[in-house]
Amino acid sequence: MGIDLTAEAARRRTPTVRGPSEQPVVLTVNGTHHAVALEPRVSLLDALRDRLGLTGSKKGCDQGTCGACTVWVDGRRVLACLTLAIACEGRQVTTIEGVATDGEPHPMQRAFIEHDAFQCGYCTPGQIMSAIALIEEGNAETDEDIAEFMSGNICRCAAYPGIRQAIKDVRDARERP
Amino acid sequence: MRPLAYARVSTVAEAVEIVAADPAGAFLAGGTTEIDLVRLGVARPDLLVDINDLPLHDIEDLPGGGVRIGALARMSEVARTPVIAGRYPGVAQALLLGASQQLRNMASMGGNLCQRTRCAYFRDGVSPCNKREPGSGCSALDGLNRGHAVLGTSEHCIATHPSDVAVALVAFDAVVHTAGPGGARRIPIDDFYLPPGDTPDRENPLRHGELITAIDLPPAGIAERSVYLKFRDRQSYEFALVSVCAAVRVEDGLVTEARLALGGVGTKPWRSRLAERRLLGAPATAESYAAAAAYELSAAVPRRHNTFKVELAQRAIVRGLTQAARGGMR
Amino acid sequence: MNTAIGRPVDRVDGHAKVTGGARYTAEISLPGLTYAAVVGARIPSGRVESVDASRALSAGGVLAVLTHENLPKIAGQPRLLPSLLGAAAPGQSFFPMQDAAVHYAGQPVALVVAESHEQAQYAASLVDVAYRREPSITAIDEGRDRVYEAQRLFGGLMPGRDERGDVGTALAEAPVRIEAGYRFAANHHNALEPPATTAVWEDGRLTLYDSTMGIRATQLTVAHLLGLPLSHVRVITHFVGGGFGSKAMTWPHVTLAAMAARHVGRPVRLALTRAQTYTSNGHREEQEQRISLGATRDGRLTAIRHHKLSITSHFDDWAEPATGVSSQLYDVEHYEGVHSLIHGNTMTPTFTRGPGETLGVFVLETAMDELAYELGVDPVELRLRNHARTDPRGNPWSSDGLAECLRLGAERFGWHGRDPRPRARRDGDWLIGTGMAAAAYPVAFFMPEQRARARVYEDGSAVVQTGTQEFGTGVLTVATQVAADALGLPLESVRFEAGDTDLPNTSAAVGSAGAGMVSAAVHAAATALRDRLVAMAVTDADSPLHGADPAAVEVADGRMRLRDRPETGETYADLMIRRRLADAEEVGSWTPPPLTTPHGLLTFGAQFAEVAVDPGLGLIRVRRMTGVFAPGRVLNPKLARSQLMGGMVWGLSQALLEGNEMDTRHGRWGASNLGEYLVPVNADIPEITVEFVEVEDDVVPLGIKGVGEIGQVGAAAAVANAVFHATGRRLRRLPLAAELVMDPPASS
Ligand SMILES: Cc1cc2nc3c(=O)[nH]c(=O)nc-3n(C[C@H](O)[C@H](O)[C@H](O)COP(=O)(O)OP(=O)(O)OC[C@H]3O[C@@H](n4cnc5c(N)ncnc54)[C@H](O)[C@@H]3O)c2cc1C
Ligand code: SF4
Ligand code: FES
Ligand code: FES
Repeated sequence: MGIDLTAEAARRRTPTVRGPSEQPVVLTVNGTHHAVALEPRVSLLDALRDRLGLTGSKKGCDQGTCGACTVWVDGRRVLACLTLAIACEGRQVTTIEGVATDGEPHPMQRAFIEHDAFQCGYCTPGQIMSAIALIEEGNAETDEDIAEFMSGNICRCAAYPGIRQAIKDVRDARERP
Repeated sequence: MRPLAYARVSTVAEAVEIVAADPAGAFLAGGTTEIDLVRLGVARPDLLVDINDLPLHDIEDLPGGGVRIGALARMSEVARTPVIAGRYPGVAQALLLGASQQLRNMASMGGNLCQRTRCAYFRDGVSPCNKREPGSGCSALDGLNRGHAVLGTSEHCIATHPSDVAVALVAFDAVVHTAGPGGARRIPIDDFYLPPGDTPDRENPLRHGELITAIDLPPAGIAERSVYLKFRDRQSYEFALVSVCAAVRVEDGLVTEARLALGGVGTKPWRSRLAERRLLGAPATAESYAAAAAYELSAAVPRRHNTFKVELAQRAIVRGLTQAARGGMR
Repeated sequence: MNTAIGRPVDRVDGHAKVTGGARYTAEISLPGLTYAAVVGARIPSGRVESVDASRALSAGGVLAVLTHENLPKIAGQPRLLPSLLGAAAPGQSFFPMQDAAVHYAGQPVALVVAESHEQAQYAASLVDVAYRREPSITAIDEGRDRVYEAQRLFGGLMPGRDERGDVGTALAEAPVRIEAGYRFAANHHNALEPPATTAVWEDGRLTLYDSTMGIRATQLTVAHLLGLPLSHVRVITHFVGGGFGSKAMTWPHVTLAAMAARHVGRPVRLALTRAQTYTSNGHREEQEQRISLGATRDGRLTAIRHHKLSITSHFDDWAEPATGVSSQLYDVEHYEGVHSLIHGNTMTPTFTRGPGETLGVFVLETAMDELAYELGVDPVELRLRNHARTDPRGNPWSSDGLAECLRLGAERFGWHGRDPRPRARRDGDWLIGTGMAAAAYPVAFFMPEQRARARVYEDGSAVVQTGTQEFGTGVLTVATQVAADALGLPLESVRFEAGDTDLPNTSAAVGSAGAGMVSAAVHAAATALRDRLVAMAVTDADSPLHGADPAAVEVADGRMRLRDRPETGETYADLMIRRRLADAEEVGSWTPPPLTTPHGLLTFGAQFAEVAVDPGLGLIRVRRMTGVFAPGRVLNPKLARSQLMGGMVWGLSQALLEGNEMDTRHGRWGASNLGEYLVPVNADIPEITVEFVEVEDDVVPLGIKGVGEIGQVGAAAAVANAVFHATGRRLRRLPLAAELVMDPPASS
């Protein structure tokens, strides 16, 4: 075919290849655009915590096994530790810092306090991001569903019963007109 | 994590071209396997090609009754799609019993088929492991092998294939569609998974740069009454010790059609054809199920810490078939 | 008066934690911050032959690679002592990277510092270390020929042997004997926040942000290791993401962070990876325990022999003491408790929630269950019959409550009328069983004097401070409650501050001791300040309280008033403004009772559990748990309940899920992440009932015995006893994995 198929050639030809050096990246987090310089290998979690100062999302494992880093990307709960920041360009990222409205805590945040649904608090932002999404997904109908669909968020302090109670409260308050 | 270049592509052709051209290039879908393994130093790409903008997200009916699942459809979406939940309940259940909701929101179907084993020696990056470093030996053979496979093993590797949904897909003869540098291919899913043999590093027949575009499920038929049972130490967010996808058609007390596949015990998602054949025409009783299970498992090669899996699989198969014969879910 | 103590008030740090505003150690950002990554040894024993750092040094952003060849020597190695003592507490008496020797896998052999986290982590993977492997012992099975009896445990603090009477004869003569041996896999704390330290040097003075359960221990240990004056080391900890013992001692990475920061001349953050936590902050050691009970036919214990064998490091005689409860809980004349050890190639084990006693009580209480079956006595009744009225020295308990806990628990759980026959209840594929256990945990008084400071401002608001730290126990909240009541102020007017060694000194919060000792110090400071302000008022001619007897004055809502004529009085603010006092301040202290206090010191409780077991597949589901505890004064029932419940879940987890195996060929742990080392997820945990039994205790500080450990103790035994009731099988290993629980194949 006469086309140079070497790696170098492909990178030269395709303008879309970026990095491995730092790249200008615009991240949209909680509705705000942030222009940052990032190597493509930087995870969304590290970008939030180390570059944007949004440390509410926690790092419990960096391996997808704990849920402490749960954020929403385009409205769906995902794990920021297994997401590349650069891959979030053009997508809406929401973190725990973005769920309050006008400085008023989200009802789920209040319910967590009321039911003492945490101790050390390290898993809590991830739990809350999951808990709010859980109700949106329609996965909070039964106690079994709540327990199962919250099982991607480990709480080593073991506040699980309180977490379930907080979710039920918020779900029920929403259903009441 | 090693330095990485990154490219986001918008056409299949572009995706294939760019990865095919770069020996150190790899596709990036949900990233739940890929980013994890790059961080562990087990996967060593220099370039990740983000395929999430490709138009491979849809789930559509096929003429003639089957379903086509786009390679980028997310596990959580597929599970809640009515045609899947309704006509292939075993597939939907397998999806919902895998990983966590966050991971299912990220993980693509194509990526799921390509996920790597959870063998701790493979993942630790230092122990001898033929899958990671061909020829270095297998640390699991005489090591901590409680989670390892008993079916389809070789002296070179006994790692379990971890996917849940692939178990259901092999039970129902799904077909994997690909696009590669050499054109498009259709690969029956049972051929998609290669036994470890003496090349455990080669897990599937994909060539470098070959992209999974879709997974076809043939018309449901017996799949409509399928079940997927998963047994594990913890109640959720864990891979299977043993899982069973089963579907049984019973007429006049006799089994007229059966599908059976196992997870957690095989080096690949394990279609149990021996058991299926044994079931045909047999009375739909626990005794027949047990005999079929024993027949399938007679080839099992247990190791020091996973001997129990043979008996566990035996019992799990009987449970699965019994439940399937009762007519499906629950 | 409306008091805060005893009320279920919300956590004062709740808002910060639910909004993401609470800053944990790895979240402190500083100008010029750099990042460190540890390279851990791949081998468990041998030597580092050579380190080639050239690839790492040429990777982008790398500032330094430290190894035993260029890391400065430490100034001195402090003795290994529990941090509660208030002295340096190095976790192990070995400091890495001083020479080429390798004693355990994961031991730091190099440290990389780089401009970014990614660069440091990647460069760490490029450091080429060549090792010479030597033979190792990393599991009990490999060291059975080198077992020795431990003379002292816990850094010499406790004897390894505890004896009274003549156990051999008493057991030989006992009409009924129960003997059993148990194996327990190693446990890892897995606090959700991996330990992290950020170190900053300024003019020869060091500030450490550290994820620790004891800032004072960090200060003392690092100062000692680096040869710095204590005044030059300040440790700050705002929030800690759980500890469970893993952050009770000061592990080497903390000092390494300080050394790295000095080397590069910039602040350094060192955060351990999840995998590194399995080899960096101690663990609960792999162990075996044997117990023999001797009893009379009418169910009176006559003798207990309780032996523990475990594996420790090469350099320390560390074992969790396992016999503190078995030697005291029951009235038994002949007792022998012995701890034996094997030196091996692991790091020094450490405290893990419910240290020692949680497994010691597991052994005792499953044996008691066996005895109950042997005798045909109800298990609750058997405990009641044998509960000791005094400790073995004949001293009365500082407070008791065991009998009440057992009775209330039995009632709440619905124990009465239980059919004791195993395998008698079925629900589909599931066998149902119930089980119970007594719980007890020693109250420790090893700590030195504890101090706090209280300050009231001229507007009547107050700040109370002490150098403790918040890792989930709720200490910020209960200390605020105590201070508010003692000062006579509403809760909202009091801000409690902690987490800084510049504040008055308290010891590490371990062994359930945190809330009690901190509250006692806070109480002392706040009371002293109130007394001083009252004294000022009654001697001030312009005060409405002039001339009153201070003892007749009470304070409520910031207003001092006569108890029998509340309309007479004035506010702190009135007094202070009139006296031109911008603020007033007092330091208060609390000194623990002497170790020789003539009291028995145990916290008591009772645990009940119902399980469903699928005997075909070996699955266990805990359906419900009830725990009743007598932890003395409960400052905040909401928070206390959470902690007790957390402990019960830890017990469940210890019974069913947790354990790590050693791959002895490589000397490395089999599991090093949360996908392999299983801790419970939401779906594993049933509804849990926690009840309190009130007991008065005037020996322990403010009557508080603590809730950190007692919730866990006995819970695993209750679950295992329920599994026996369900299946008829006694399983003598933890965790109760499927392969143990499954009915064996019919043919064998
Ligand atoms: C903690 C944890 C628990 C889990 N538990 C379970 C479980 O219980 N059951 C279960 O089944 N799975 C489980 N998983 C695995 C998860 O389902 C897979 O990681 C996921 O499905 C992979 O999909 P992905 O889109 O994220 O793939 P990626 O990580 O993006 O890719 C995986 C691999 O496939 C390649 N690839 C991706 N897409 C394509 C394509 N279209 N064509 C060709 N190659 C492609 C990539 O190059 C890469 O090599 C778990 C994962 C984690 C982290
Ligand atoms: S079982 Fe396979 S993956 Fe595991 S160590 Fe052996 S070769 Fe490697
Ligand atoms: S930090 Fe992302 S799942 Fe644990
Ligand atoms: S509150 Fe500590 S881990 Fe959940």
